[in-house]
Amino acid sequence: MAQIDDSGGGGHDKKGKKRAKKSSTHVDMTPLVDLAFLLLTFFVLTSTFSDPKVMSLTYPAKPKPDDVIDPDKAKVNNAITFLLSKDKIYYYEGAFKKEPTDGMPATTLKETDFSADGVRKLLIEKNSYVLNRKVPLLGDLKAGKITDDQMKEELSKAKGNKDALKVLIKTNDKATCRNFIDLIDELKINDIGVMAPVDLLKSEEDLINAKDK
Amino acid sequence: MPKIKIPKSSPSIDMTPMVDLAFLLVTFFMLSAKTRVADIVEIDTPYSVEDKEFPKNYIVVTVDKNGRKFFSMNSVELKTAVLADMQKQYKFQLTNQQMESYLKIPSIGCEIKNLPGYLDAKESDRNKYIGIGIPTDSTNNQLKSWIDFSNKRGLTVGKDMYDKDFEKNPEIQVSDYKPKFILKADNEALYLQAKDVIETFRDLELTNLNFVTSLQMKGEK
Repeated sequence: MAQIDDSGGGGHDKKGKKRAKKSSTHVDMTPLVDLAFLLLTFFVLTSTFSDPKVMSLTYPAKPKPDDVIDPDKAKVNNAITFLLSKDKIYYYEGAFKKEPTDGMPATTLKETDFSADGVRKLLIEKNSYVLNRKVPLLGDLKAGKITDDQMKEELSKAKGNKDALKVLIKTNDKATCRNFIDLIDELKINDIGVMAPVDLLKSEEDLINAKDK
Repeated sequence: MPKIKIPKSSPSIDMTPMVDLAFLLVTFFMLSAKTRVADIVEIDTPYSVEDKEFPKNYIVVTVDKNGRKFFSMNSVELKTAVLADMQKQYKFQLTNQQMESYLKIPSIGCEIKNLPGYLDAKESDRNKYIGIGIPTDSTNNQLKSWIDFSNKRGLTVGKDMYDKDFEKNPEIQVSDYKPKFILKADNEALYLQAKDVIETFRDLELTNLNFVTSLQMKGEK
């Protein structure tokens, strides 16, 4: 394998004088290359480039028995409830009505999907209050009129406004963690300030089951 | 017209630049590769655009795709302190060898009564002891004890870590050293099973949770 080219080599000359063997400096590098590529392949295949990241999410605290719920605070102007089932996503707007009440029809579920035309489009439309305020803020930031912190503060103020979209997330027993994280991710992309994962009601579950079939 | 002579050249090529390149790449991948301790179960985490780094002081609850729960802590000090609390609470003893193995393994994934067996077993045999993982049902919520103890101990461990780092860099925030809770759920795990863990956290009034995700470029789907 690693032969050394000694074609120019000398041997002994006629007078018996010893001469240094002239050998070429060329070494056959094939095995070296083999080894290098073997290692290269190994490291390429085993290395993972993306470090895991974390996505923080604040859950509502458990209500204490002596807590009083303020009915005014519980009222929301602009709310949407997402119901997750296995790889499916349903939603309805406003409060849930099992039966038609106050001249409003009973809640029906609408279906959407995780594509850009599905849930993202819906969120952009519904959360226009925050997103419309974000655009000039980004412009100001670029022009250097406000600092990064000011921008964050303004944005969180807008997110907390009562006209900003509030989102409730409910999952049935078939939804996977992927579905849940995908939805949270979409909410974060679209600057939803208030999101709360809550328990599924029995009547909502029935609606999902009827739709799933 | 004279005949064009093709010079006789030897078929061997000078491979030096190729070797140079190959070793350059090998070096790059070797240095960029991170040694990772293999977890007992493989977890396929969901994607998100979030780019927040792992916190300094953290506790991880893993939910695999079969809904089994595992628990891990990131420092030896914390592991030692929490084990002492658990031994007091559940009244069990470990031999020195089991202790050593406990500090070595990346995550705990069995009931307390199976823990000595789990620690004695070889890595390949550990699967037998996992069973349902750490129980979370309301009558025997061992995960709650693990979390509760590690939260309390994590505060002191985090404080020590902060004091040590403060000498080097006085600009660090003490809040970065508080224990953070991380939920590492598999893509295919049912949310219902992750919810068992989340409810346990909420029972302990720990409501700020972090989900492990892999980075995904914006707009990619």
